[in-house]
Amino acid sequence: MVPVSYYIALSAVLFSIGALGVLIRRNAIVIFMSVELMLNAANLLFVAFARTYAALNGQVFVFFVMTVAAAEVAVGLALIVAVFRSKHSIDIDEISSLKG
Amino acid sequence: MTPDLILFSILALIAIAAALGMLFSRNAVYSALYLILNFATVAVFYLLLGAPFIAMAQVTVYAGAIMVLFLFVIMLLGAEQLSRTRTLGWQQPLAIVLALTLVVEAAYIIFTRAGALPNVEAAVSGYGSPQAIGELLFNQYLLPFEVTSILLLAAMIGAIVLTKEDKNKE
Repeated sequence: MVPVSYYIALSAVLFSIGALGVLIRRNAIVIFMSVELMLNAANLLFVAFARTYAALNGQVFVFFVMTVAAAEVAVGLALIVAVFRSKHSIDIDEISSLKG
Repeated sequence: MTPDLILFSILALIAIAAALGMLFSRNAVYSALYLILNFATVAVFYLLLGAPFIAMAQVTVYAGAIMVLFLFVIMLLGAEQLSRTRTLGWQQPLAIVLALTLVVEAAYIIFTRAGALPNVEAAVSGYGSPQAIGELLFNQYLLPFEVTSILLLAAMIGAIVLTKEDKNKE
């Protein structure tokens, strides 16, 4: 079997790519997708550790994370649509009305 | 190299390449499609790790429902591409440096402390089956499961309220 540290390394790389995506992209939808990628990296680690310790609780946690992600996407995309309606852009650099 | 390790390496390469493709695609639709590929590879990882139920949930919920919602919104808004205006020039290089630092830190911790971690065990029969997950979910995790339904209801109402046309505005 593959050592669990390989899974941790893969998960860390995927998480970092997600974090990089949040930082360098300006399209709000792509930023959202990067957040999903980070959640997914965490899920992969949950399942890998559940397997390592032969306990199913990790998989149940992944189930809950998926539910929260679904809820988050529904509300987040609704927010993006609402912002697009008022600003006619989803470039996050242009959403700076609160800037002092 | 064992077959397991070869399979892991190929899948890991596809997952990382798909993630990078999502990151560097100019077109948001391509980003979404790359992310679907990434989710599918992660679903195969779940199968390898003895989690068939989670793998199927990953394909239906993530790659299916969530990404269709993303594609729908991208095409609804016509936001495939943004015009190239740069207001914070120093931000991009700084972000790359920070992300690389994160990877190096993680790699250092993983490969210097790896001795403390056990190897992945061989599968017990029935491990990760929908039956086993269901038993755990409806006994030990019954309350969180019920709270989940309220969360989804709140998200649904929130999405409807946020996208509702304001009738008093005209």
